[in-house]
Amino acid sequence: MWKKFVLTLVILILGSGIAFFVYKSEPRLNKNFAIAGSFFKNHPFRLGLDLSGGTHLVYKADVSAVPAGQVSDSMNALRDVIERRINIFGVSEPVVQVQNGGLISGGEEQLIVDLPGVTDVKQAIDMIGQTPLLEFKTEASKDTPQNVTVDKDGKATLDLGSQFVATELTGRYLERATLEFDTNTREPKVSLQFDDVGTKLFAEITKNNVGKMVAIYLDGAPISTPVVREEIPNGQAVISGSFTPNEAKQLVGRLNSGALPVPISLLSTQTIGAILGDNAVNAGVKATIIGFLLVAVFLILLYRLPGLVATISLCIFISIILALFKLMPVTLTAAGIAGFIISIGIAVDANVLIFERVKEELRFGRSIADAVSAGFSRAWFSIRDSNISNFITALILFWFGTSLIKGFALTLGMGVIVSMFSAITVTRIFLSTLVFVGEGKVTRFLFGSGITK
Amino acid sequence: MFIVKYKKIFIGISITLVVLSLLSLFIFGLNIGIDFKGGALTEVVYKAERPEQDVLEKSLTALEFGSILLQPTGEKGYIIKTRDLNDSEHALLLETLSGDKKDALTEMSFNSIGPSVGLELTRKAILAVILISLAIICFIAFAFRKVSHLSAMGHHGVASWKYGIIAIITLLHDVVIPVGLFVMLSHYYGAEIDSLFVVAVLTILGLSVSDTIVIFDRIRENLRNQAGVSKINFSEIVGKSLEQSFIRSICTSLTVIIVLLVLFFFGPVSTRYFALMLTAGMFFGTYSSIFLASPLLVLTEEWQTRK
Repeated sequence: MWKKFVLTLVILILGSGIAFFVYKSEPRLNKNFAIAGSFFKNHPFRLGLDLSGGTHLVYKADVSAVPAGQVSDSMNALRDVIERRINIFGVSEPVVQVQNGGLISGGEEQLIVDLPGVTDVKQAIDMIGQTPLLEFKTEASKDTPQNVTVDKDGKATLDLGSQFVATELTGRYLERATLEFDTNTREPKVSLQFDDVGTKLFAEITKNNVGKMVAIYLDGAPISTPVVREEIPNGQAVISGSFTPNEAKQLVGRLNSGALPVPISLLSTQTIGAILGDNAVNAGVKATIIGFLLVAVFLILLYRLPGLVATISLCIFISIILALFKLMPVTLTAAGIAGFIISIGIAVDANVLIFERVKEELRFGRSIADAVSAGFSRAWFSIRDSNISNFITALILFWFGTSLIKGFALTLGMGVIVSMFSAITVTRIFLSTLVFVGEGKVTRFLFGSGITK
Repeated sequence: MFIVKYKKIFIGISITLVVLSLLSLFIFGLNIGIDFKGGALTEVVYKAERPEQDVLEKSLTALEFGSILLQPTGEKGYIIKTRDLNDSEHALLLETLSGDKKDALTEMSFNSIGPSVGLELTRKAILAVILISLAIICFIAFAFRKVSHLSAMGHHGVASWKYGIIAIITLLHDVVIPVGLFVMLSHYYGAEIDSLFVVAVLTILGLSVSDTIVIFDRIRENLRNQAGVSKINFSEIVGKSLEQSFIRSICTSLTVIIVLLVLFFFGPVSTRYFALMLTAGMFFGTYSSIFLASPLLVLTEEWQTRK
């Protein structure tokens, strides 16, 4: 008896603690949020782009030149480079993800970039596109057919592109670039230092091409085609084009912030203005509160005391879910909020199943304590079954979804799991404590119900 | 029990609704959104008054972006649907919309999806539909694995797999009607099939199957209790089981329907149709588990006995 009472108290205190955390860590609800503890400050809700406003970009990465085994390596390198590039611009919490090509995505390697707060698409695309693509190419063998175009005046132009073939060496293997000036001509030049892999590759290329040209391509255009005099084993190269000092300086900066290991092209863009996002957040919060209140009224009208208990455990359910959203953290989208709101309805339907069973048992003339425990054990199978089917759906949706669908699947799935705990364990502990209040008429009335007999 | 008594009427209602839904699907067709077929959607709101639609249409046609759809939205806004646009085309569109910066405007949202991304999403959606259907069917098979011994009672029992088939028929009913509803909506209000539509269909599968299983569980429980009795009246037991469980079934669905309606009326605009579809799915899911699944079960048993 005492044990149950203490357990109820512990759950109530823990629940309020979690609710307090959710409340305290929300800047909108606290006037003095600036002076709040750092623990609270570090856990706001993470809002998705459709709620916070921002830009969502999907790039296709052209990995046709990358050997099969190294695709995922170079995609990760690409992600790191773009992340670094975005960080320079001070975007808060950007998300850069690699989406591997496979059966589902049709074999395309994609890079997904989310930029919260950036609503100027052009600025966003520039931010990413500015990174230079540095490539090293070697002379094609003599028998490769060359593209020559003859224009109207009879002037023949040789297509430089067919003269060179790509090598594995790209800006990906660059360790750093520095600006130097030629001691004799005072001309600016850019000196490159490769990393370990790059050094090896460069040594190999120079060894195999002594006396031939090696072309250095920047963003798909050749900027320098020096002739190799001897093997270079130390991984140092110099680009001496006809730069102005300013151009050379800019190039060094761009190279150091990371050259793209593979070329990318933009597949789709999505921008959501901040106003639209704000409206969605307000509507979502409003819907959650109204939904909760209506469900609470419904429960208390229909089930009286057990309904009140279910409402309290629903409060605990909501606190736990919101705290999990903050701590994991879950990126909330409009669809995610929908999933959460639906999970409020689902969390309660387990309780409804139980209470209907309890009422049935009471009708058979059982004591309240017996009816409660029989109600729980009989309703368990139905609850398990209905939750399994929802959970299957959520799981598969999460597996296959785009970020939008994932948000919904995640909040719904979490709701299903947590509701099993709150609707069954928490409600059961509360009710079995209350049962000891007595067996009088009042108690029986409280466990009865208004509408169904 | 009136539901069992008038079973043919209720089955008739369901058949009518399904046929109507299928008809509207074939007549109106699916209005596929840019999520799946690619394209661009731009929403702008003008600071002052918005320009006349036909004037704007004329200047937009001059851009030669192919077919452009211009829809007024709110009091001062437009939604512009085009093929997918790249960076410079997007800038050009905005410039034209603002009448070369004459009319100040704010871009509320811009969404451009390349055809290959749309194709990828289509592939994913189809795969998800197949997988979830398979998983749900497996789940139904699992849920009904135990009744087979009842068929040993001779012609009185309905074999376990028939429960499963009826559950699946009910499920199709629950999905087809909201889809039909959505097709009507998309015809009259321009709703488009996007990824949320697919999610709604799949969520309905998960939400509505449980209701049918709960009632079938009750029927089997009552059958088991009657196992000793020599002559059992199948339709009476089904009626009794329905009586015991239909209020509960309605109440559990009601909590979900309440929150879904709230989501529809007060929630974000982007999930409005989603909430409506789920509400319809939940409503017909509950309806079908009471008024379709159990009558079908009785009908099956009657056919069996007649043979």
